Amino acid sequence: MNLNATIFGQIIAFFVFAWFCKNYVWPPIVAALDERQKKIADGLEAADRAGKDLELAQEKASQLLKEAKKDSVSILDQANKRASQIVDEAKEQARLEGQRLITAAQAEIEQEVLRAKEDLRAQVSALAISGAEKILQSSVDEKVHASMLDQLATSL
Amino acid sequence: MAAEEHAVEGAQEHAPQYATGGEYIQHHLGFLVFGQKEDGHWGFAHSEEEAKDMGFWSLNVDTMGISLVLGLIFLALFKTVSKKATSGVPGGVQNAIEMIVEMVQTNVKNTFHAKNDYIAPLSLTIFCWVFLMNLMDLVPVDVIPLIAQTIAGDSHLYFKAVPSTDVNITAGLALSVFIMIIYYSIKIKGVGGFLGELAFHPFGKWAMPLNLVMELPAFLAKPVSLALRLFGNLFAGEVIFLVIALLGWYQLPLHFAWAVFHILVITLQAYLFMMLTIVYLNQAHNDH
Repeated sequence: MNLNATIFGQIIAFFVFAWFCKNYVWPPIVAALDERQKKIADGLEAADRAGKDLELAQEKASQLLKEAKKDSVSILDQANKRASQIVDEAKEQARLEGQRLITAAQAEIEQEVLRAKEDLRAQVSALAISGAEKILQSSVDEKVHASMLDQLATSL
Repeated sequence: MAAEEHAVEGAQEHAPQYATGGEYIQHHLGFLVFGQKEDGHWGFAHSEEEAKDMGFWSLNVDTMGISLVLGLIFLALFKTVSKKATSGVPGGVQNAIEMIVEMVQTNVKNTFHAKNDYIAPLSLTIFCWVFLMNLMDLVPVDVIPLIAQTIAGDSHLYFKAVPSTDVNITAGLALSVFIMIIYYSIKIKGVGGFLGELAFHPFGKWAMPLNLVMELPAFLAKPVSLALRLFGNLFAGEVIFLVIALLGWYQLPLHFAWAVFHILVITLQAYLFMMLTIVYLNQAHNDH
């Protein structure tokens, strides 16, 4: 166990190695480590944020869905109301039309009746004249009695 | 008696030139030393006496060389990974290396409270380098020496494969840390502040001698304990591996068991060295 100059050799070697390690070995490895650490932190943060975003989106979606449901209910209500309104209107129209047709028909009927009466009257006068001719057995001057016969016809 | 015979037998199985198990162990604890011999020539020592005679200005070529190779392996591996490092999904090697880097980073963050960009890469270097040096302990004790002996063509070549079982290597690391402790102490607190911390604590300036007696050993114990803790643990493990290697075929299960246990020691000692470095440097940065 002699102490000898190997000590100095080892000291010199140590400082050279440590210097080399400090300048050429340590920095790239630590830089890579730090960079990866940052990447991982960023990734985790992004994942966190994405999770929060997802939660928000889900919340929004459910809200939208709720609103849509509410809207659909009100639209349905409105539609129903409108439908019944249209039906009512149509009924009303039909009723009015029917009434109109009925009154028109009645008017026509009345007119028909009047015309028939008129015809009847004219025919009755002719009948009366011919009856009277037969009764009188003589020709009656139509021209002379015409006014009398007209009077008769109107009085019928 | 039977055990001793076994030991000799085992030693002979490994390398016929060892007369006893003790010699086998002794030889495996020797270093390949390069220095100036007594006749003035520079060269490798061929015996432990010769190595001792070379004095301080000699070099343990084996441990120093393996230590350098391991350091370069560490830097090359981490450099290639850092070149291809992506912030996307990491591959297998990048994953493993990022785990180590993050472990070091977390420890530095928790323990070191000042701002200094050098501390973390420094700790990474210490952890990985010491770990790799300790890891050589798990290579079967004869493999690397045999390779070295075959290459050198000298069956008696000393070659120690585990750098952290060489007190020079661990002391070198510990002294590097010590130099940094002093450097940063003076840089942060100034010379006066640094010396004042040693002289005027904990009892105020009127008890300066007492303070110095208390603080100076504590201060000097930092590098000594760093160096000797690592060296002691690994040296003990190494010796036990060598003893186990003497047992012939019985060594296999024992070797396995001790290696498994040693994985813990190896990692723990590397971690401890790193943590204590961080703690000491944090103290150096703490301005009271």
